[in-house]
Parts: sequence; C-alpha cells; structure tokens
Amino acid sequence: MSSTLAVELRGIGKRFPGVIANYDVDLNVRSGTIHAVVGENGAGKSTLMKTLYGMQEPDSGTISVQGSERRFKSPSDAISAGIGMVHQHFMLADNLTVLENIILGSEPGRRGVIDMKQARARVEEIMLLISSDLDPDMPVSELGVGERQRVEIIKVLYRGARILILDEPTAVLVPEEVDELFATLNTLVSEGATVIFISHKLDEVLQVSDDITVMRQGTTVAETTPQQIDRSGLAELMVGSELPSPSGRTSTIGENIRLAVSNLTVVGVEGRPAVDNASLTVRSGEIVGIAGIEGNGQYELCAALLGLLPSKGTVAVDGKDLTKASTRQRHDAGLAYIPFDRHREGLMLNAPLWENTLLGREDEDQFSKGPLVDAASIRSYTAGIIERFGVLTPDESTPAFALSGGNQQKLIVGRTLTTNPGVLVAAHPTRGIDVGAQAAVWDEIRRARDNGMAVLLVSADLEELLGLSDTIAVMFDGQITATLNPDDVTASELGSYMTGAQKEATS
Amino acid sequence: MSDAAAAPTGPLGKILTPSRASGLRTSGTTLASSLIAVFIALAISALLLFITGKDPVAALTTMIDTAKNSDKLLEMMRRATPLIFSATAVAIGFKMNIFNIGVEGQYLFAALMAAEAGSHLSLPGPLHVAAILAVALISGAAWAGISAYLKVRKNVHEVISTIMLNYIALSFIQWIFNSFFRDDSVEGLNVKTTIIAESGWLPDIVEGRLNSMFIIALIVVAIFWVVVYRSRFGFKLRASGYNATAASTAGISATKMTVIALLLSGAVAGLVAMQSVLGETHAYGPSATPIQLGFAGITVALLGRNHPVGIVVAALLFGFLDSTSAQLQLAEVPNSIVKVMQAVIVLTVVIVNEAAVRRANIRTAERARAELAAGGAA
Amino acid sequence: MSTTTTSITSANISMSPRMRLVMMGISLVAIMSITRLWTGFDNLTSSGTIGAALRLTVPIMLAGLAGLWAERVGILNIGIEGMMILGTWFGAFGAWKYGPWIGFLFAIFGGSLGGLIHAIATIKFNIDQVISGVVMNLLAFFGVRYLSELVFVGQPQGGISQSPPQSFAIPKIDVPFLAGGPLGSSTTPDSLGWLEERGWFIIGDLAGMTRGLMSGLSLASLIAVLLVPLSAWVLWRTSFGLRLRSSGEAPEAAESLGVNVIRVRYIGLLISGGLAGLGGGFLSIISSSYYRQGQTAGRGFIGLATMIFGNWRPSGILGGAAVFGYSEGIKLVAGGSITGLFLFILIVSAIIGLISLLQRNIKRGSTGIGIGVIALIAYLTVTEVPESLTQSLPYVITLVVLATASQRLRPPAKAGVPYRPGGAH
Repeated sequence: MSSTLAVELRGIGKRFPGVIANYDVDLNVRSGTIHAVVGENGAGKSTLMKTLYGMQEPDSGTISVQGSERRFKSPSDAISAGIGMVHQHFMLADNLTVLENIILGSEPGRRGVIDMKQARARVEEIMLLISSDLDPDMPVSELGVGERQRVEIIKVLYRGARILILDEPTAVLVPEEVDELFATLNTLVSEGATVIFISHKLDEVLQVSDDITVMRQGTTVAETTPQQIDRSGLAELMVGSELPSPSGRTSTIGENIRLAVSNLTVVGVEGRPAVDNASLTVRSGEIVGIAGIEGNGQYELCAALLGLLPSKGTVAVDGKDLTKASTRQRHDAGLAYIPFDRHREGLMLNAPLWENTLLGREDEDQFSKGPLVDAASIRSYTAGIIERFGVLTPDESTPAFALSGGNQQKLIVGRTLTTNPGVLVAAHPTRGIDVGAQAAVWDEIRRARDNGMAVLLVSADLEELLGLSDTIAVMFDGQITATLNPDDVTASELGSYMTGAQKEATS
Repeated sequence: MSDAAAAPTGPLGKILTPSRASGLRTSGTTLASSLIAVFIALAISALLLFITGKDPVAALTTMIDTAKNSDKLLEMMRRATPLIFSATAVAIGFKMNIFNIGVEGQYLFAALMAAEAGSHLSLPGPLHVAAILAVALISGAAWAGISAYLKVRKNVHEVISTIMLNYIALSFIQWIFNSFFRDDSVEGLNVKTTIIAESGWLPDIVEGRLNSMFIIALIVVAIFWVVVYRSRFGFKLRASGYNATAASTAGISATKMTVIALLLSGAVAGLVAMQSVLGETHAYGPSATPIQLGFAGITVALLGRNHPVGIVVAALLFGFLDSTSAQLQLAEVPNSIVKVMQAVIVLTVVIVNEAAVRRANIRTAERARAELAAGGAA
Repeated sequence: MSTTTTSITSANISMSPRMRLVMMGISLVAIMSITRLWTGFDNLTSSGTIGAALRLTVPIMLAGLAGLWAERVGILNIGIEGMMILGTWFGAFGAWKYGPWIGFLFAIFGGSLGGLIHAIATIKFNIDQVISGVVMNLLAFFGVRYLSELVFVGQPQGGISQSPPQSFAIPKIDVPFLAGGPLGSSTTPDSLGWLEERGWFIIGDLAGMTRGLMSGLSLASLIAVLLVPLSAWVLWRTSFGLRLRSSGEAPEAAESLGVNVIRVRYIGLLISGGLAGLGGGFLSIISSSYYRQGQTAGRGFIGLATMIFGNWRPSGILGGAAVFGYSEGIKLVAGGSITGLFLFILIVSAIIGLISLLQRNIKRGSTGIGIGVIALIAYLTVTEVPESLTQSLPYVITLVVLATASQRLRPPAKAGVPYRPGGAH
C-alpha cells in the first residue's frame, strides 16, 4: 500500500437525456489497495465506472491514472493505460474453452497459427499467480459463476491490467465463491495491482476493502475506511439519513385476504432457488411493498404469481387456488401485472397504442363484436386512458415505439389500472415517469386501493415504497427476511435488511 | 388527476384528434418503397438482359403488348389464382414469425387426396364441390400438422421440417398414386386419378379462360383480411408475432397459436391446386397438376408484404409476368428471364422495404416528439 | 443379476470417448458382417458399394461444411441448395469448356457469388436470414435456367435443363498393393480384393470397405474429404478460426476484444458459398459429366441436417454424410439388398433396446425394442421396397434424427441472431 494515487477522478459529471447520472464526483484510489465504491441502485456507480473504463466520455471533470491526466475515447485507451474491467454481466462465449475466451483477439502465434503452448503457458502463469485451478480446456458453459468471473479476471490480467475494476462482483456468488474471490483480490494487490470494486453488499465491503467511497444520487457523499465506520453507519450514508416521510393515511385495510402466497419456491439458474420458500399475504385495501436490491428474486416472485414461471407452493387470489391456473385464467381471476421490463414483457413496440391496450383483453365483451374486435370501442377507451393518465402522444394510433419511456409506462399503468383488478402486482410502476406525473399515478393507485384493490408493490424507489406501502417486506436472496412498518423503520435498519446484514427472527 | 397531469390535457386536447394517420403513413411507406424496389429490380433485369446480349427493349415492348391483350389479362388472373392461395397460406404463418416453406408438399398432397376422394363421390353439384374442397382443406392441414407437432413437441425448426416434408410428400404422393390411385383404365402418358364426375366441376367465369376459383381466391383473401386484421383470434396471432413474450405475459398461449397458425396455413395451402382439380383437369396427375406453386407463393407473399391487398396485386403481377413467357420466346428473349425477374423483384423489395421501414420508424418517432414539443410550447 | 447389471453399466462408463467410438464402430461392422453372412447380400459391405457411397457422400458432406462455416459465423444459410445449384451449373460450364479442374474453380466461384449476395442481404441490409436463403434458392434455380438458355441451347445434347457432356474426366486411381493399382509400369497384387473375396467374418467386410475407398478413387473425392480435417484445423487452431467462431458464439464479446465481426462474417459466408459451389461442381463433374436441372435434389438441405446432427463439428458432418452416402450407395449398387438393412436395423435396435432396459432407461429401451419389432416385420414381409419410398429415405432420416436429438445439440450460440456492431452496453 502506498500513498500514490493509482486513479484520481475530479469533478466528473455525466448527463443523459432527462437524467443526471453523475455530478461532481471525486474519487481517490490509492495504489495497491482494494477500494470499494458503494451505493444503491441508481446511485451512479455503474455510469462512473463506464466513464473510467472509456466506454463513454464524461461531460466534465478529469481522470488521472498514476499521476498523469488521461482521456479515454474507447476501452482500448483504458486498456493501454493498464485498466481492465470485469463486467457484472460476463462477456464470455459459452461454447468456447476457458483458454480460447482468454486469448481471443490477442492470440500468440506466428502467421495466424495459434501457438497453443505459449498461450497455455502464459495463462497458466496467471492462474498460478492468483491460485486458480481452472482447466483451460474446459468449455465456459460448464463453469460455475465464480469460475466464470475468474476467467474474466484472467482475461484482463492477460492483457496487462494493473488496475482492475469489478462491477458488483459478488452479486451472483455464493459465500464460498466470495471468499475465493477476496483471496484472489488480496493476492493481486500484494503483487502491486489496484482493485476498484462496486458493491452494495456492506458486509463484504467492510471485510475486504482498504478504502470506501459512498455514492448517493449521482455524487460521492463520503470517503471512509472500515476502521472508521460500521455497517449501520454505511447503510445510513447509502440510503440517506432522511427517509421520505410517508404521508399520513387512514387505514383502508379490510378483512379479506385477497392475495395469499404460501411457501413459494422458484428454481433459478443452476438449481439455486431464486425464490426460497416465500410466504406473504395482502389484504383488500392494503399495499405490501417489497424492498430489496434488484436481483434478489423479486422478478421471479412476480413471474411465478402470474404463472409465467414454474413454481412450487401455492398462490390464491380471493380464496381461489390459482397454483395450477394459466396466465389467462389468473388475469380472469382479477390478477393484474405491471411488468419489470416494459419493452420485453409489456409492449408491442411496432403496434399502435390502442392495440397495446387491447393486449390480453381482446375477449372482453366491451371490446368485441362476436368474433371480431370492436376497434372503435378500444380506440376511444385508449383515448380515455391517454387523457386520464396524461400520456403524451399525438393520438392512439401512434406506434408505441414513438413514445418516450415514461409515456409508455403511463400507458401500461393506465391500461392495467382501468381493468379494476382485484390484486395488482406492480414492478416499479413509475420507472421513467417524471416527478409530476409520478404523483398522479400514485394517486390513482391509492384511489384504487381505497376501493378495495390489493397491491403487491416492488420498487427500488424508496420514496415510492415508503410513501405507498402499508407494510414493507424485505427480500434478500430469494427469501422474505423481514416485515417492517414504514412509519417506524429507520434508514439504517432498512438498509441493513436490504443488504442482508440482518435478518428478522423467523415468524 | 393532479395539476401536473392537467397541464397536458390542454395542448393534448388540440393534438388528440383520433387520426388513422400513423397507420396510413406506414402503408404508404411500404407501397412507395415497394414500387421503387420493383423499378430497381426491373432495371437490374434489363441490365442482365443487356449484358448477356439480349434485347431489353424488345422484352419491354413485348410485355406492354401482352398487357393490351384482353385474353392475356384473363390468363393473368387465371395464373394468379393459385398464387393467391399459396401466398395467403405463407402469410398466415409469417404473421406469427413462422416460416411455412412446406406449402408445396401440402398442396400436392391435398390435390391428390381431394381428387381421389372426389372421384368416388356422387353428390349434387354444389355439395360435391364443397366436399372436395373440404378434403383439400383437411389434407393440407394434416400435412402441415406434422410440422406443427415436430415444432411444438420436438423443437424441430419449421423451416427444415417443412422443407423435408416437401421432399417426403413428393415420394409419398408418387407411391400412393402409382400403387392405389392411378386410373389405369385410361390410355396414354398423361396418367391421372379417375376423372371426377361433372357434378364436381367448378364452372368457368369466362369459358376456357378463367375459372370461378378466382372468385373463391378473392373470397379467401378477404376472409384472411377479416380474420387476421379484424378478429380477436387474428389479433392474438399478430400479437404473438409482434412480441411473443409480451403476448404470453398477457395470457396468449404461444404453443396454441403456433399450432393453429400452421394448421390454418396448411388448410389454405390445400386449395392451391383446386383450380386445376375442380376447373381444368378434374383429376390429379404428375403432369396434370402444376408444381412449383408453393415456392412461387413464398415470393408472392414476400412481395405483397403479407398484406391481403399486396398479395392480390403481387399475384396478379407475377401472373402477368408468367403470361408473357410465350410472347417473349417469340421475340427471341429467353423466357426464363421472367422467373429471374420475379426472384430479383422479391429480393429488392425485401431489402428496400427493410431499409425504408426502419427510416420511416425513426421519422415517426421524431415527428411525434416534435408534435408534442410544439403542443407543449403552446 | 444386479451385479451383472452394474458391471455392464460400469463397463460402459469407464471407457474414454475415443475408445467408445472405436468399440461402437467395430460392433457395427460386426453386426453388418453377421447381416451379410445371414442374408447372403455381399453387396452390403462390398468395395463397389462403398466406392459408390463415397462418391455420394462427398456432395452432402461439402454442403454440410458449407452450412458449418456460415453458422459458425452466426448466419443461417438456408440458401446452400441454391449455391450448390450455381456450383453445378458453373462447374459443368467450366469443365465443358476448359476441363475438370478449371471446372471446379468455376464451381467455387459460382457458389461464392451466391454466398456474397446472401452476405450483403443479411449483413449489410439486415434482412431476415431465412428469407434471404429461400430467395437465394429461387434466384439460383431460375438464374441457371436463364444462363442455360443463353449458353447451352443449341449445343450438342445441350438444352435449357442440361449441359453438353464433358470430354475430359479427372483420373481415378487405385492404390497400389492394397487395391491392385499400378506402380510404375508393373501391376501390384490386389490384397484387399483377395481378402474381400474370402468373405471372412469382419475381416472380409473391413477389407471390402477399405478397398472401396482405395480403388476407383477420384482425386477430387480425396481432396474434398481432406477439407474436413482442414476445416477443423483452421477453425480450432488458427487465430482466424477462433475469431470466426467467436463471431457466431458471442459477437459482442468478440467486438469488445477487437474482432471485426462484420468482416469475419463476410469471409465466412464467402467460404460457405464456395464450399457449396464445390459440392455442386462435384455433382456435375464427378458424379456425372454434365449439368442437369434438379441435380442437387435437396442435398443442400440434407447437408444442413448433417450439420445439425453432426453437432456443428466437421467430423460429425462427415459421419452424418457418410450415413446418407451409404444408404444411397446401397440403393444404387445393390437395390435388392435394402431388405438386408432391415435385418441390420433389427439387430442394432434390439441390442440398444436391451442394454437400455438393463440400464433402467425404460423410454429408450422400449423405443429400441419397438423399432426392432417394426424392422423384423419389415424384414419378413417386404421383398422389395418401392423406388418412390426409398427416395424419401434421406429426408425421413433427417426428420427422425432432428426430432430425437435436439437435446444434446450445441449450435453456435448466436447463429441466426441479427447483430449490429456497437450494440454492447
């Protein structure tokens, strides 16, 4: 460890249309250290790292590597400055071997023929350095997630990286793999390399890093070390010591349980459960908010409720057991869904808005004339949604791709709420919607709730979550680890549960 | 709604005149780009003729002369009839991103079955014809059903399975025909199934020139239009084609749609040779029943952009081009240039369309943004 | 009983994959030998049949390789049939005018031309790869008719669907000492032929089969077969090959490491077209000595099928093509012996069925026994298989294999997925 700075960022700023991703970011990474950058989803960490790796240029600010100021126009510039990036979503060819993936594009050899011996020697040298026992001839598809990550690390080392950036490296690892990774990182820094890693898992950050920088809402808010802070302190910094105060509400929660989920398990990648024995209930007039960092099983939970993924356990709506029901049957039973990914799951981009409203509802009496579609009725219905929810569009015949993301979202919310569902499963319903319209959508949801609708709300937006929910259930690693009262919960408490540092005693 | 949402209502009210503008705009783009593509293709064909030492001007004048001949126009419609059925069959699949290349096998199988069944029946006129048509529909659907089964249960891509089934159909049909269905009582090289009784004949519209099957073709296309673009089922079909994930999230079963689409496609395919069986030769025979119509249908569907009106126009165009072959031969232009021209037309139309639609979409998005900005400012 | 069961199953597990293949090969030859001795159909493993089989295998194998080179780069090439057609025409034209070797060059050129058109349509203009392939086939089919009308009509024995015959042929060789080929000016003994005539169990069959590959062997066949190991070497041992494969497996990853995916895809399709053209040329120069319409008879699609169940590996393609070639060879040389194949199928499926049942694999076991029963019935009742049905054999086999093998297949990950550079992140 030294006091020279391997990487120094000063005043970095980056805007995208409609959103400020980074502003006034300062980062000081000492050589030969493991430096953690922590923050929630949307805090701006990934954008910052992309800038550092040359995938985009900053709007303002400077980047200095080993004391000299640099401009990176592309990743190759960053690579020649000795920076290597291990992405969160690995860039590996499954059907090629470990060795092939590592040397691709920089194959040793003469006149086009790969010198396998030389390649193998160099790779094995690196593997020895980081004590990895991977078989270079194994196809990557047969590797576990931790091993794949190891391949990505070797890839950057093979190309001479001295500064490694790892983006959420432990997001997909099990505890043993995490320990192996940290051992590797420690070996690397003892050899003189520098590691920057992005994470929101506070336990691990405190365990392995030398320095910590905290980001919140696009900028750096604190620089500290594990010696100076503990996990609740970190959580508070990440989430902000001021939690949005939930608006005072009169309880509209009724007697009947409208959604009952018992022992739901969804098998995920490589046999590990994405949803692990989860149970919850939502009553009429209640909004249950699911808090948690993205990727802890929220999507799988919602998909299983809608019958889009196979699952074990039971799902019941208004007392009716829907465990074996098809998606269409679940819709008919009053279950509605605002999807996570509006482009992939929610919209037909090339179709006009009115056809998008009709999707799934074509068999309803009001929209059909016998076997035919009643185009006039669905068009005027859509026009109604457009007006009521403030969807900015020339008309209802406009193809969906022509709308901005926020307006697409408004249409989806509108078409879902106007079906008067009994149970609404909503995944970040106001994602992409501007602040003003956001409040309007919340009002609509509250109004429906007041009329008896039950809502299961998944959101990373704490203001939304705390503002709307009557109860908060925290999901971590596929399990419901806590049930909290939004009026009482503190920032550090919520942060701790969300990052898995704490689990409630099982009830 | 709160204040923020109220604000757009004002300017939105001005813009919110229900207009079909966007839909028409897309069709307009497709039509314009297709016309341009056809001209490019004709130019390429002319160039081809020129380079190979043939006279493109002679070809052009021959074609124009042919167009003036009313007899030839009837021939154009007669040739277009099976193409309309074939293209409609292919288009049904395309609406769901399913490639039914097996129309060839499906229609030949249906022709054999329908002709043979028809020859054994004796029913009053319209019933006899209806029965033959029914057998054709079912046989075509059945042959396509094999591909549907393979796709849904065994994950075999329909492109390969339908192509393989085309070849298998040829063998299978030959075997069945030679072993069981051939009418050996009739002398000569032109072997066929037993000729169908007159009650099973479909009358001509213009004696000897154009059969009523043409009308039926137009009716089928109209039904296609109504079903695909106006019915609930058609909506589900197109929705699965637009975005299969979104459709299944909304409750539309992809598997069910796939099977139904292939069966319907096969059924319509079954009608391709019915003009020959009901109106011309009244039997099935290896030299009596026209071949290659399945592949021609694919080109017509692509050219017509899978749209009912486009299909009819494209079928007529290709029918017209086919009818010029005899005259071209007389004018010393190799008439195989006709088929080459058709292939080049299809390729250029598909390419130009792809580029044009992409550009049009960008412009639609920009226009939408501009309109809203203008509305917001006011 | 249970000890025997476990010993059988554990014996199966302990062998290395290469040994297993060899053991399987020898078992199949043994079963074929039994079939030959039982039925008296010497043609099942005769050098004549195998020789014909080789000639029939090559075009399909080349078509499969053509498909391989395209899909390994990430582009579906349904237009192989069309590129083969171009190959048959251009090959016949070149051979007719300038001799067989020049003919092959023409054939490769013709096929590559098709490959280039397909490449431009799918890479530059991004149209659907299947549509482009289908249109290619039609373009080629009618294009060569037009060309024939220009060039062949009016020539002796030429016409719109046929070319004039070629006068020169590529020499055929007999390997000396093994198949009685000449060495210098003296003749050598035909040792394999001698062994074949003796007709001993397994040895006689192996001798016959080997001799089939060594007598009457066309240089062109030899070169074509060598393209298989050559393809494997290029694709797996050179930088070019690695980058090519990566373009089909993970184009974004390849691009991020500096590979010019677009350029690589163009090259891959040109090679694909060239190989298809070569296959077509083989049909019109070696298998026959003139071009005829319909010569390709769907071999382009069968080649695609061999690529699929050869699991996108050159060796698998050769194996798959050999199966087709053999069945066509039997049909051609020894039509009556086809019923012998029923016996062969009966024995093989019965054995597989029994072993599967012992391994507790009920599904595979019963399927095996079932097929065996059908084969038995066929063997006992059918005396002559109608020509029209045997014609459909390759296509039926293709469907059956595709239907049963889709689980274990490993296509290039991004084959068929349209790619726009700069799409990552």
